[in-house]
Amino acid sequence: MANPPRYYLGEGMPAPAPAIDGLDTEYWEGLKRHKLFVQHCHTCDRPQFGPEWVCHICHSFDLGWREVEGNGRIFSWERVWHPVHPALQDSCPYLVVLVELPNHENVRMVGNLLGDPMQTVQIGAEVRPVFEDHDGDDPYTLVHWEVVE
Amino acid sequence: MGKRTMRGETAIIGVGETTYYKRGRSPDAEFKLVIEAILKASADAGIDPREIDGFASYSNDRNDPSRIAAALDIKDLRFSNMEWGGGGGGGSAACAHAAAAVATGLADTVVVFRGLAQGQFGRFGQGARVPHVRGDQAYTAPYGLMSPAQSFAMRVHRLFDDHGITQDTLKACSLASYHHAQNNPRAVMYGRPLSPEDYDASRWIVEPFHLFDCCQENDGGAAMIFVSADRAKDFAKTPVYFLGGAVGSGNRAGSGSHNATDYATSNFKTVAPRMYDMAEVKPEEVDVAQVYENFTGGVVMSIIEHGLTSYEEANDFITFENLTAPAGKMPINTSGGNLAECYMHGLELNIEAVRQVRGESCNQVPDVNVSLVASGPMVTPVSDMIVGSEAVL
Repeated sequence: MANPPRYYLGEGMPAPAPAIDGLDTEYWEGLKRHKLFVQHCHTCDRPQFGPEWVCHICHSFDLGWREVEGNGRIFSWERVWHPVHPALQDSCPYLVVLVELPNHENVRMVGNLLGDPMQTVQIGAEVRPVFEDHDGDDPYTLVHWEVVE
Repeated sequence: MGKRTMRGETAIIGVGETTYYKRGRSPDAEFKLVIEAILKASADAGIDPREIDGFASYSNDRNDPSRIAAALDIKDLRFSNMEWGGGGGGGSAACAHAAAAVATGLADTVVVFRGLAQGQFGRFGQGARVPHVRGDQAYTAPYGLMSPAQSFAMRVHRLFDDHGITQDTLKACSLASYHHAQNNPRAVMYGRPLSPEDYDASRWIVEPFHLFDCCQENDGGAAMIFVSADRAKDFAKTPVYFLGGAVGSGNRAGSGSHNATDYATSNFKTVAPRMYDMAEVKPEEVDVAQVYENFTGGVVMSIIEHGLTSYEEANDFITFENLTAPAGKMPINTSGGNLAECYMHGLELNIEAVRQVRGESCNQVPDVNVSLVASGPMVTPVSDMIVGSEAVL
C-alpha cells in the first residue's frame, strides 16, 4: 500500500526561504522550533505582520519578534481546483485560509486548512496552528491550521 | 490658487489596436505589436507618428520608449513614463500621466501603449517555477496561493460574507462581457456565446471563480494618443476629452500576507471619489462603464465602489439585463472586455470608452457623454478615468 502523503500539498512546491536582507529570519527559524512568531515593535508595543523594517504605527526601527499563542479565526478562505504548478497536479481541491489572530490585533496569515478539502468553511471559525516539517537539504516548516471542534 | 485639475485640458485624438490573439498565437514579436498599434492610432488621428513626443505605460511593459522613439524616428523625445504596480491597475493611470504631461507642457503628443506576447514571454496565470520563494511570496506560495485568481478569491468570499452578495452577480458580469463580444468581430470570443447554463456547468478555478469568471490571457498591442484640448479639433476624428483620473489604493493595501486594513475591496474606495471630483461628474451621470475584469468579483466591487449601485442593492442591480447595451441601466464592458474581447491588460477598455463617446462601439449605448473606466480592481495601485464629449466640458 502506498504511503500516505507526507505533506498537505504535493512535493516539489516552491520552498520558503528567509529574505535576503534578513528581515524575517527569526520567523522562519521559529517555525522550525514549532513556535509562531509575529514581528513586534519595542517602542509602541504593537504587533506587525507581514514584517517590515519600520513599524508602520510609530515609525520606530526598534523591532523584534515575539512568540504568539496560535489561537486564530478564519477571516476568509478559498478552495483551489485548478493546479497552477506541477507539484499541485494531484493536490486539488485544496483549501487556503486567511487566519486572523484576535489576541494580536487581528494580524493575518495565510495557510492551508487541514481536513476534508470539501468541508464547509465558516468565516469566523476558531482554528489552531499545526506545524508541518519539510526535510531535505534546506529544511523548513510551514504552519497550517485546523478547526477547533 | 484655484482648484488643481486636468478637467478638459486634453483629449484623445486617436486609438489603435492590433489583431487580438489567444495567448502565444501572435505571429509577430511583442515590440512589433506595439509599433503596429501606435501606427494605427496615428492613422486614426491623421497625425504623423514622428510628432509623438511622449510615452506612458504600466505594469513593467517591456517595450522601452527610447527604442520605440528610435524605431519610429521620433524627432524629440520629451516624456517616458511608467506606472509602478503589476496587473492592469495602471491602465487609466497611464492615461492620467499622459494627460498630465500634456496639460503641464512636459510634452505635446503623448501615446499610452501596452503590448503583450505571452508566447515570447511568460504567462500570468501560473505559479512561478522556482525552487525557493522569499519575501512576501514565502508567506503564500508554499501554501498553494500563487496565481492572481488565488490571490483575489478570498477577498470575494469576504465580500459575500460581509454584505450578503451572491454568486449571481459574478455570473451577470461574465454573461454581459460574452454577450457584447458576439457583436464584436475583433473579439477573441466572437462566435463563442456563453449561456447561463454554460457558466453554471463550467469548472471551478478557485472558488468563488468559475472558469468564465477569469480573464483570458492574450497577445496584442493597443495605443491611444493624447494632445492638448487647444488643438484637439485639428485631427481626423471627433476629440474625446479627458475629464478626470485618479490612482492609488487605501491604507496599507500593499502590506504583506494579506494584511490590508480594508480587505474586501477593489481598492477604489479612496480613488473613485477623487476621480469624480476632478471630472465634476456624479455617479448617476455615468452613461457607460468599462470595468476591468481580472476576475468578476473585482467587477462587482468596482461597480459598488464607484457608486453605480450600493452594497444593499447590488444583488438586484448587477444583472445581465442592467449590464448590457443598449438599454441596460449601466452597460459595462461593451466590447467584450478582458473576458471575451481581449486581455490587453485593460487598455482595450480605455479604447472602448473612447469609442462609446465617438459613437463607434459595436454595442453602442445611445447618447454617451460620460464614459468611465475602472482599471485593475484589487491590485495596488488601481486607477480610473472618465472621458467625455465636448457637450460636458
